[in-house]
Amino acid sequence: MSDLRELYQEVILEHSKAPRNYRELATANHRAEGYNPLCGDHLTVYLDLEGDSIRDISFQGSGCAISKASASLMTQSVKGKTRAEAERLFDQFHKLVTGESPANGNRAELGKLAVFSGVSQFPVRVKCATLAWHALHASLEGKQGTVSTE
Amino acid sequence: MTTATRLPGESHPSQVRDARAEVDVQKVRRDFPILRQRVRGRALVYLDNAATSQKPQVVIDAIRHYYERDNANIHRGVHFLSEHATEEYEGARRTVQSFLNAADETEIIFVRGATEAINLVAQTYGRTNVHAGDEVLITAMEHHSNIVPWQILCEEKGAKLRVAPISDSGDLLLEDFEKLLRPRTKIVAVAHVSNALGTINPVQQIIEMAHRGNIAVLVDGAQAVPHLKVDVQALDCDFYVFSGHKVYGPTGIGVLYGKHALLDAMPPYQGGGDMISSVTFEKTIYNKLPYKFEAGTPHVAGAIGLGAGIEYVNGLGMDNIAAYENELLAYATEAVSAIPGIRLIGTAKEKAGVLSFLLDSIHPHDIGTILDQEGIAVRTGHHCAQPVMQRFGVAATARASFALYNTREEVDALVEGLQRVREVFA
Repeated sequence: MSDLRELYQEVILEHSKAPRNYRELATANHRAEGYNPLCGDHLTVYLDLEGDSIRDISFQGSGCAISKASASLMTQSVKGKTRAEAERLFDQFHKLVTGESPANGNRAELGKLAVFSGVSQFPVRVKCATLAWHALHASLEGKQGTVSTE
Repeated sequence: MTTATRLPGESHPSQVRDARAEVDVQKVRRDFPILRQRVRGRALVYLDNAATSQKPQVVIDAIRHYYERDNANIHRGVHFLSEHATEEYEGARRTVQSFLNAADETEIIFVRGATEAINLVAQTYGRTNVHAGDEVLITAMEHHSNIVPWQILCEEKGAKLRVAPISDSGDLLLEDFEKLLRPRTKIVAVAHVSNALGTINPVQQIIEMAHRGNIAVLVDGAQAVPHLKVDVQALDCDFYVFSGHKVYGPTGIGVLYGKHALLDAMPPYQGGGDMISSVTFEKTIYNKLPYKFEAGTPHVAGAIGLGAGIEYVNGLGMDNIAAYENELLAYATEAVSAIPGIRLIGTAKEKAGVLSFLLDSIHPHDIGTILDQEGIAVRTGHHCAQPVMQRFGVAATARASFALYNTREEVDALVEGLQRVREVFA
């Protein structure tokens, strides 16, 4: 049961119920869709890029608590960051949820995103936690269409 | 809840209500070694039987015995083992024949599973009989395996795939279905039981309607054979397909039943060894049925394992199994419905084996993860039936599906697990 509490932390549950930046972004100049065919999760990430920095970001879609909370916290974490900073954060986040991140790693940099550490105990849920990030990554690279987790 | 497990002349529901006692479920459970284990520190509650069933010891033993004592290639050697393996393999075919009550053993083709059987029919009967402007009719509750092979065929031939609609309860709208039987309809392909909704389709009526227009009917029995007695002669279906692993047999083996005259007229599906009677570079003469459709060395161990699985089911009696499961599904439906925030997806009058549901606005994936922590295995997702999900306006459901070894106590565990899900998301 402790694993379960570790996965569904209060912050995650709260963000899944009331996701932040959950809207279509009128000023968006980039967007990408993320799709997980296994569970049907589908979300769109909207991006307002000004030069190299993320001026604004939002998302919409349907998904499980993990994927929704992850998208919500992601939008908060990368707003105002440069592309390189956002990509670096994704890299660290990915290591966190796959359990590759060393115990004394740079958790501080992850900030609130550290609440997803419990995901590493649930390998089948890694795709849920990273869906929005994959979509963000695709939109930063200017890719069109839908990113699939498969 | 009642189910249409009855064929003409079979017992009435009031008589089978007492049959619960006729399946000694605790004894049955001891036949399935996998059920003894604990997962995540708890007794395993396996409710994902529509995905695949667990295997009784007799099936495991049959496969093991084959590889330990009888393994040889079949239909070829003159030696002792080959002869013995061939006997065992052909014996399994006769077991399947009587299980489906097929008129002749040559009407039973061993394939990899229901999916391959449907592809076989689409690529042989379909390619021969479906032409530009023709139509293939399916229903809105089909598994992807009974959609995509027909799409491929229709695309190749310039034919149209028509879809008969279903109601909010998950029943086929029979009047609409009948209207879609048109002069250009060449094939009807329909699930006997829906894997996502549990609906038992009125296949007897469907077949009668289609046959009035001389339309061939394929019945996808993957979800039916573990739960209902099937009689292909009484149904008069042209093709009936199922997968062995859903009826207590191994994976990688399945069955295509086809009427002899149809199979005989169809071109082969795959070319290779065993499906020929003579080969020269100029001309190959195909083997007779059923071998014409069994190119290459088949899954001999799988067929023997499937035979053992069917014999196990026969030993318990399909009527007893149906009655027991029917009562269990009714119990589960009532118990799960009583949980606040539950929405059942699939509430047809005639159902078998499947309870698909949503809980509040909690995503089924989260439900599945939390239940798994309690040792309860359910399926979550679209169940390879995305059009069904679209029909009900949902992305996914959680699905508990039952087999003859499941108990009321396991249903109670599911209900407790769902209460736990509500607590986590309260």
